[in-house]
Amino acid sequence: MSISTSRSDQNYMLCALDRKLILATQSGLPLVPDPWGALGKELGLPADEVLARFQRMQDAGVIRRVAAVPDHYRLGYRFNGMTVWDVHDDAITDMGRQVGELHFVSHCYRRPRHLPCWNYNLFAMVHGTSREEVEDKASQIHDLLGDTCEGHTILYSSAILKKTGLRLRKT
Amino acid sequence: MSAMTECRETTPEFTGVERAVINRLQTGLPLVYSPYAAVADELGITEEVVLNTLQDLLDRRILTRFGPMFHAGEMGGGLTLAAMRIPEQDFENVTAKVNEFDEVAHNYRREHELNMWFVLATEAPDDIARVIAGIESSTGYPVYNMPKEEEFHVHLHFPV
Repeated sequence: MSISTSRSDQNYMLCALDRKLILATQSGLPLVPDPWGALGKELGLPADEVLARFQRMQDAGVIRRVAAVPDHYRLGYRFNGMTVWDVHDDAITDMGRQVGELHFVSHCYRRPRHLPCWNYNLFAMVHGTSREEVEDKASQIHDLLGDTCEGHTILYSSAILKKTGLRLRKT
Repeated sequence: MSAMTECRETTPEFTGVERAVINRLQTGLPLVYSPYAAVADELGITEEVVLNTLQDLLDRRILTRFGPMFHAGEMGGGLTLAAMRIPEQDFENVTAKVNEFDEVAHNYRREHELNMWFVLATEAPDDIARVIAGIESSTGYPVYNMPKEEEFHVHLHFPV
């Protein structure tokens, strides 16, 4: 989606006003009928400009979207399995795209191996309401990868040690 | 352990309106004037109900946040996933040291030999190496840096 923006135009440059908008909304968008107007009032900008800046940041991929972030445990998705796969280097781009398209995969990335202790190069995050559900989904990924895959494992999270999200520093 | 117990106690039971709001607002607010009214029209409810339901879901911590989701890489900063192998007797102590770093955005314990996995986000890409070196010297354990080399898809959506 937005990757081309960063590669061709280098990175979208956040100007001082964009930064102010991010700082004003990183803990939440105002829950009022006219959130753009409310932010504008706070920052001394017209509502039009607030909205236009959000649109621009979203188009550039700086903002993925303005959305609800659930606590997936509280939605019943208690099992979060990071499935990791050792996929042949010459097949990984194609297979990664196919795995990423599976509706139950929330994130999918290629990452470096650290031999000899870590030989997995494809990461696909899978969530489920039971361990069996996560395992069933992992076996669907396994079927898709076929003989391009040399091995895999599933890392379940057993505790959230910290979850603050991405934040800009106020300084 | 306590987290799992808590989850079982809060087995989700949502009203039709709550389901609709949770499902619709995970996909993104339209960037238009009166955006909550636009969502209300789509769902066939009033703007007031959308706003009240959203506030209630946030108060109950069903939603952790409602707002812009940033893509740190696109903001010109650094972003990576890193892992550590920490002996059980040292785990709590190392967790505290790692979490002290502001750049650690999420940190999960996972059942594997590499048992600590965290996301580092920095405002400048060069800061990643500095922070990793800082964590290694503060904890005395090596950090395995696993930055993304290709992104295939990101679509966080949890239907209820």
